[in-house]
Amino acid sequence: MFPIFKYEFLQNAFLTGIMVGLLAPVLGVFIVVRRQALIADALSHITLAGIAANLLLGKWFALFAGANPIYLGMAFSVGGAIFIEQLRKVYKHYEELAIPIIMSAGIGLSVIFISMADGFNADLFSYLFGSIIAVKQSDVWTVFAILIVVLLFVFFMYKELFVLSFDEEQGKLSGIRSNWILIAFMAITALVIAASMKVVGILLVSSLMTLPVAASIRIAKGFKQTIWLSVLFGEIAVILGMFLSYYLDIASGGTIVLCLVLILTLCILYKKFTGSRKVGHV
Amino acid sequence: MVNKKNIPAVLVDDLSFHYGEKNVLEHITMEITQGSFLGLVGPNGSGKSSLIKCILGLLKPQQGGVYLFGEKVQKFNDWEKVGYVSQKANSFNTAFPATAFEVVSMGLFGKVGLFRFLKATDKEKVWEALRSVNMEEFAQKNIGELSGGQQQRIFIARALVSDPELLILDEPTVGVDVESSASFYKMLDSLHREKKMTLVLVTHDVGVMTDYVTDVACLNKQIHFHGNTKEFEESSSENMSAFYGHHVHVLSHDHEHR
Repeated sequence: MFPIFKYEFLQNAFLTGIMVGLLAPVLGVFIVVRRQALIADALSHITLAGIAANLLLGKWFALFAGANPIYLGMAFSVGGAIFIEQLRKVYKHYEELAIPIIMSAGIGLSVIFISMADGFNADLFSYLFGSIIAVKQSDVWTVFAILIVVLLFVFFMYKELFVLSFDEEQGKLSGIRSNWILIAFMAITALVIAASMKVVGILLVSSLMTLPVAASIRIAKGFKQTIWLSVLFGEIAVILGMFLSYYLDIASGGTIVLCLVLILTLCILYKKFTGSRKVGHV
Repeated sequence: MVNKKNIPAVLVDDLSFHYGEKNVLEHITMEITQGSFLGLVGPNGSGKSSLIKCILGLLKPQQGGVYLFGEKVQKFNDWEKVGYVSQKANSFNTAFPATAFEVVSMGLFGKVGLFRFLKATDKEKVWEALRSVNMEEFAQKNIGELSGGQQQRIFIARALVSDPELLILDEPTVGVDVESSASFYKMLDSLHREKKMTLVLVTHDVGVMTDYVTDVACLNKQIHFHGNTKEFEESSSENMSAFYGHHVHVLSHDHEHR
């Protein structure tokens, strides 16, 4: 056994990382093909606001001091996700506006809460950039619960999510209740983002959703294969990144993201030198 | 009991639709009988696509209503009876990572229902639909790798896969080469004759269309003509030049009579 698994905190980090490496790319596929890659960024920033709020409340009330900030982070994130779907309806012809609106609101709130709670501490720093030593046993169980919910949702709603991502009109004509499904999807995305942040950090969580997908759509045949390859790339990056992070003593989020960038580059090069197939010329 | 065949496939009842201040459709009333093949023609911006979207319940008219097979469109549930091929150009992301087979199978999702999966018999239907548009060998290609005409045939296969009774096509031959559009019209003709399918074809290709359709409707905010092809051809020489060439004039003329 690798010495890296001697410590319980590292086992926690690996288990969480492996689950997140599956979750983030699966949802990422649907997000990317709906051309909403930036949504993960908006939601991660609103998650930060939730975490900062927990920090502040922890100063005031003993109840919050003991609580895992991930929960309030999730609550903020899900709230933000529902708000984005509503804003998309308000700005019908500028749907993408919803994303910067939520993103700036998230940053604004975070900054205020952090300053009221007397600024940064090490804990907050680990949420921003990811830290494998900060993953607790309770985080593992929380992420596991989210994993079950997400896999069930995607498994049973696969058809609906697929049609709605491809063209919403056809979805409506198939009698799919698109509003309900899209809101549920956004809420689940918000949960996954909150769950991923311990490992990759708030600033980098969106890359775990989008980069594996960006790599796989270069080379995949069909939608199912796009999903499988995205998950494969996500897992490779998470596992490799965490090993490097531990042995080189550098931030886990950064190493994971750089592994993803490497995979993406390899896919682009592979495509360039092998196929003349015209795919993905966006 | 009412004879089901007598119920019109589509009934549009005094429908008006506007985007903001702009009137797009004014007091449209029309009936599309089952088994007919209607060509819906009109110049650009005449509201053809909006009318189709109102008929499909994708747009909500401010006034009037639509009935599909006798059922109000908002309450209509038998969507597998209706196939729709939209104007291709801006309706989908050509870089979408899905194979032709996956795209066609979407047409069955309404029939299969929530929480269910495609069975072997459903997959056979997808193959059948692909065969019917001669695209079987491209099944495992990504949709973005196909030519415009091939993509369009995939979308038609998607509309056909659920065995619809009513097939609505919005300018399906735009951007498709002449050869494929000729074979495309032949395919529509056989669907109409052999499968007794009700067809609505939105087009500006008036010449070719009249060889196949049974009825013609001319739209420019209002319905200017709706009758069978023979009547249309008899009246068309003066009607159509006015309709296309000076349609603004015709419109204002019509308003005076209202």
